[in-house]
Amino acid sequence: MDFLGILNSTAGFILAPVTIAYALAALGLAVHFGFAGLLNMGMAGFMALGAYGYAIGILSFGLPWYLAALVGLGAAVIFALILGIPTLRLRGDYLAIVTIASAEILRLLFLTKVFDEYTGSADGLFSYNGEFQESNPIPAGTYGFPPFEDTAAMWWVRIVGIIILAVATFAVWRLVNSPWGRVLKGIREDEDAIRSLGKNVFTYKMQALIIGGVLGAMGGLVLAMSSNVNQGQYVTSLTFFIWTALLLGGAATVFGPLVGSLIFWVLQAFLGLLFPALAEQGLLFGLSSIQAAQIKFIIVGVALVLIVVFRPQGIFGNKKELTFVR
Amino acid sequence: MSGNATPSSTPVKSTGLHIGDAAPGVAKKDPILVAHGIKRQFGGLTAVDVAHVEIPRNAITALIGPNGAGKTTFFNLLTGFDQPNEGDWSFDGKSLKGVPSFKVARMGLIRTFQLTKALGLLTVMDNMKLGNTGQRGEKLLSSLIPALWKKQDAEIEVKAMDLLTRFKLDAKHEDFAASLSGGQRKLLEMARALMTDPTLVMLDEPMAGVNPALTQSLLDHILDLKTQGMTVLFVEHDMHMVRHIADWVIVMAEGKVVAEGAPDEVMKNPAVIDAYLGSHQDVDLGAVTGRITLPETK
Amino acid sequence: MENTTVKRGRAARLFAVMATTALSLGVLLMAGPATADTVNDEMPYKVSGNVQNNGAPLAGVSINVSGNGINADVLTDAEGKWKVGVSEKNAAYTVTLDESTLPDGVVVVDNPETADIVEGAVMEVQVGPGGRVTMNYFIGKGERVVTSMVDQVVQRLISGVNFGLMLALAAIGMSLIYGTTGISNFAHAEMVTFGALGAFVLSELGAPIWLAIIAAIVLSGLFGWGLDAAIWAPLRRRNTGLVQLMIVSIGLSLAVRYTYQLFIGGGTEQLPGADSPKIKLFGSVALSWIDMASMAISILLIAAFAWWLMFTRMGKATRAISDNPGLAAASGINVDSVVRVVWIVGATLAGFSGILWAYFRPGIRWDMGGQILLLMFAATTLGGLGTAWGALVGSLIVGVLVEASTLVIPSDLKYVGALVILIVILLFRPQGILGRKERIG
Repeated sequence: MDFLGILNSTAGFILAPVTIAYALAALGLAVHFGFAGLLNMGMAGFMALGAYGYAIGILSFGLPWYLAALVGLGAAVIFALILGIPTLRLRGDYLAIVTIASAEILRLLFLTKVFDEYTGSADGLFSYNGEFQESNPIPAGTYGFPPFEDTAAMWWVRIVGIIILAVATFAVWRLVNSPWGRVLKGIREDEDAIRSLGKNVFTYKMQALIIGGVLGAMGGLVLAMSSNVNQGQYVTSLTFFIWTALLLGGAATVFGPLVGSLIFWVLQAFLGLLFPALAEQGLLFGLSSIQAAQIKFIIVGVALVLIVVFRPQGIFGNKKELTFVR
Repeated sequence: MSGNATPSSTPVKSTGLHIGDAAPGVAKKDPILVAHGIKRQFGGLTAVDVAHVEIPRNAITALIGPNGAGKTTFFNLLTGFDQPNEGDWSFDGKSLKGVPSFKVARMGLIRTFQLTKALGLLTVMDNMKLGNTGQRGEKLLSSLIPALWKKQDAEIEVKAMDLLTRFKLDAKHEDFAASLSGGQRKLLEMARALMTDPTLVMLDEPMAGVNPALTQSLLDHILDLKTQGMTVLFVEHDMHMVRHIADWVIVMAEGKVVAEGAPDEVMKNPAVIDAYLGSHQDVDLGAVTGRITLPETK
Repeated sequence: MENTTVKRGRAARLFAVMATTALSLGVLLMAGPATADTVNDEMPYKVSGNVQNNGAPLAGVSINVSGNGINADVLTDAEGKWKVGVSEKNAAYTVTLDESTLPDGVVVVDNPETADIVEGAVMEVQVGPGGRVTMNYFIGKGERVVTSMVDQVVQRLISGVNFGLMLALAAIGMSLIYGTTGISNFAHAEMVTFGALGAFVLSELGAPIWLAIIAAIVLSGLFGWGLDAAIWAPLRRRNTGLVQLMIVSIGLSLAVRYTYQLFIGGGTEQLPGADSPKIKLFGSVALSWIDMASMAISILLIAAFAWWLMFTRMGKATRAISDNPGLAAASGINVDSVVRVVWIVGATLAGFSGILWAYFRPGIRWDMGGQILLLMFAATTLGGLGTAWGALVGSLIVGVLVEASTLVIPSDLKYVGALVILIVILLFRPQGILGRKERIG
């Protein structure tokens, strides 16, 4: 078994675009759930909008890549408004069901043949990153050292992704440590109390929904920049994985989602390589290596249960500042 | 009888608040809040059916009545937390019909809740700061630039610390509100309400669940509000507290206002005794309904 | 009104993927059709594919590729493979599969989930600037028939009621669990899959199907008991919050779902009898005896459940707890033991629903429960969360809506209709059809 090889490939995920994308989406979920108490179970939908908005903007409307990216983020704003105006008045678990259903509706709309011309239906969209890569200032070639060795194209995706993530994290950190964030946390605790103090609770919740949704769309954007866009990526499980990453790090923290995503992906990559390798050695009770690759998902589920029950504040959360108020 | 529930000094009562005989719906010389024809039904049940009531300005008015009389529902209706099926009501001459609760609060009508709503996972200081209105840093875009709100926030902190000192919570300003006792939370909630600089303070059972050691200071604080020019309307079960600090008493039963008047007179009103006790007259209401010794928790 | 439509293939599905890859650069034209497994081979860029029937190659299927001066017919070889040279990139080609050359009873369907037949089996292939494009055809069992509009509506309604009853079995349990414990149980999907998987595994082990089904239902009940004893009861004792419980159910759902996949893999399996023939009732309305048995047993089970809920001591206690847990506990009802029974009943009904779902789809997959989870939520919410009868009514509405909506909207959007209704209901009547307003807020 090539243990060093596994560690090497695992380390590569520390800077992978998918890790950055998860971190952005988990940060958005932290704004939603950790700070505003909104149970958004439709993060995959926001991410899909970011990715599809970007790809469709380029392919169907011929926009420059940065404007196409704004189309994706704008789509997330509109989705948040459509979702929020009627549902933010509903009780928490209703919001969860509405958001999960809305995200699934979006996915089915991307899957259907009716809009095949724009969405590519089951095939998804590809070959739209040309212009984005033309803006790449790095000369073609391979850079870095193992395990962080990659093409100029991938480095460009990473650099753009990390810049987006850094700006987003700084903005969220500023927001939640401001009086605005104080009101948001107050709403999480008891929105009637905040209302009785003269704050427009609905506006704050809507702002939080939009900000978190745009962060999710940024995650989808980074994913789209690094590979193809396919509705199969934006399934309900993606939302659940991002929840796991968020809760792992700590929902009511700014840096928890980042570290949570990092741990999530490093562990995913490590286990996803380790178990098949063990299976090939016949060390896993005769499981095939394909079967063994499923074990990591089982572990995600079990981990989610254990975190929520035994360490709901996450790794970095303050024990006193638990987010599970209700 | 217990001396716990009396203020430290004899309060100065406001008198001559009404015009004509003290009957339900009597007009006031200077009403701050006027409600007319308020009706609220849940299913087939009428919870509130108030024909007319006026709350006098710069006085302490008590709203009393047996359980299920509709006092809290009436509070919710007046403050926009619930909408009546019909009726009009106005605050300082401005109609409040259809005005959402947060706008009611911004007009200077602040309420507290029967079950305290201290924000447990925020610090005491953050709880206080939330009460302040017109904060620049609470706007989304300016919150991103601390230079725009830091100075105002520091001023708010001074004001909050001042109030916390008055309410003897200053030592706890860094603690999470969840760590406070039930009575301290009531105090915090009241102090937080004062951060908004209200003109009318509506307190829903301010004494419920408060440690006897704290009741005295709570009563003093309520009397203070009047001296500072505010108007107080409060729901209470404790008749001794009502007698000692209220200038005017409104009695509700089965959703209706059944009596109004100065505290000492209204207690003798047969309609009130009926409402509380049926036909058992000549019973000191305080001995029956008041909590002679107040329980630590609800 | 006569209308050419298609009937869903209800039996063991044949499933073929034709992967089409087009690489292109120069222009070489070739006119005239030819029949071979490789056509226009002299062109450097190819459209190729592989027609398989659930892993077994389909030989001799005729495929036509046209556009940009190309019009070539090709037949799949013994391995199901075919190849056509094409001329240009950034161009569209039309690929047509001649269904008359498919084996009897097999047609092209739009996707393996819904298995609705595609008209004409024509697909557009866009060769992009990258020169790579992947095109999928799915092939499923079915036949082309001419059906009158009335027959179509009747067929869809019957199908919808069948689907709705199946959904109700799952949704009632979900609703009961929500009513008594407050949990929005995402793992209910896995309880549905459990029944179907249990029946499949037992019948693979040699049990006759009737015994396998009965045993699977009993095992489902035990599964519910086990989940409660191992997870939910301890969490109740810890006074875990509702949001936490919901997320626990999500984690549980993921863990159990992927455990299923670990054991049965990502493919589709069939229960014995899944390809039973259809019996013509009237016009062109036809049902298999499994469909009829499915509806009959659903109705019997729901009736038995109704009797249990209305007239037994345990059923009354369950309703009391749903109404007011505090009061029920104060009046001497052992909430914990009632909740445990609710989990057992819910899991039993869900397991049975899973077996019916396996016949309805048809097929058993590791994530088959997850495919109807949102419809269950839609049904329970529609009827009123926490009310058993609401879940029944909601399920029937969702079932009929999903099936009937394919008459007017594309079948790959049929679940969208149900989910949109779910959201609309939540906006205008959040308490559902049969729910009471006080439950909200």
